[in-house]
Amino acid sequence: MKLGRVIGTVVASTKVAGLQGVRFLIVQPLDRDRRESGTPVVAADGVAMAGPGELVTLVASREAALACPDTFVPVDHAIVGIVDEVADLEPQT
Amino acid sequence: MKIGRVSGTVVSTISSPVYDSRRLLLCDLLDERGEEPSGDYVIAVDAVGAGAGETVLILDEGNSARQVVDMEDAPIRAVVVGIIDAVR
Repeated sequence: MKLGRVIGTVVASTKVAGLQGVRFLIVQPLDRDRRESGTPVVAADGVAMAGPGELVTLVASREAALACPDTFVPVDHAIVGIVDEVADLEPQT
Repeated sequence: MKIGRVSGTVVSTISSPVYDSRRLLLCDLLDERGEEPSGDYVIAVDAVGAGAGETVLILDEGNSARQVVDMEDAPIRAVVVGIIDAVR
């Protein structure tokens, strides 16, 4: 999984069967320091609650479809969590 | 599998059910000697109780990850499956 920031919404009324009711959001992938990294992707909203500006966890490849209500669908990125906090841990000495 | 170092945790209340009550670790990926960060990172589910600063073995493949959490159809791919003592 990677971190991402929701930067937009995609509306598509005509979709492949199985994707009805699935929301699609535009997500900017981030690096470990929450800086923009790479090109934005369109991701299915697996939690059905993510909104613009939110920090989310993003899963890619086949596993993305498993976040959707119908798990055999053509989806390659999905939001699987809304991030409350990223805590940097100090190594224990 | 990949070698990484635990550098943080990710807290997420609203998430897919598979992530409920599981720790999410922010892991910096390391080079083949397990020393220098490669610049990339991954967020992985903790399956071994790894702590901050520890060098860990990270599995990044969905089918095996689902076996580790024992859940079919779970949207999970990266799991910390071991704590590395040494790379020789």
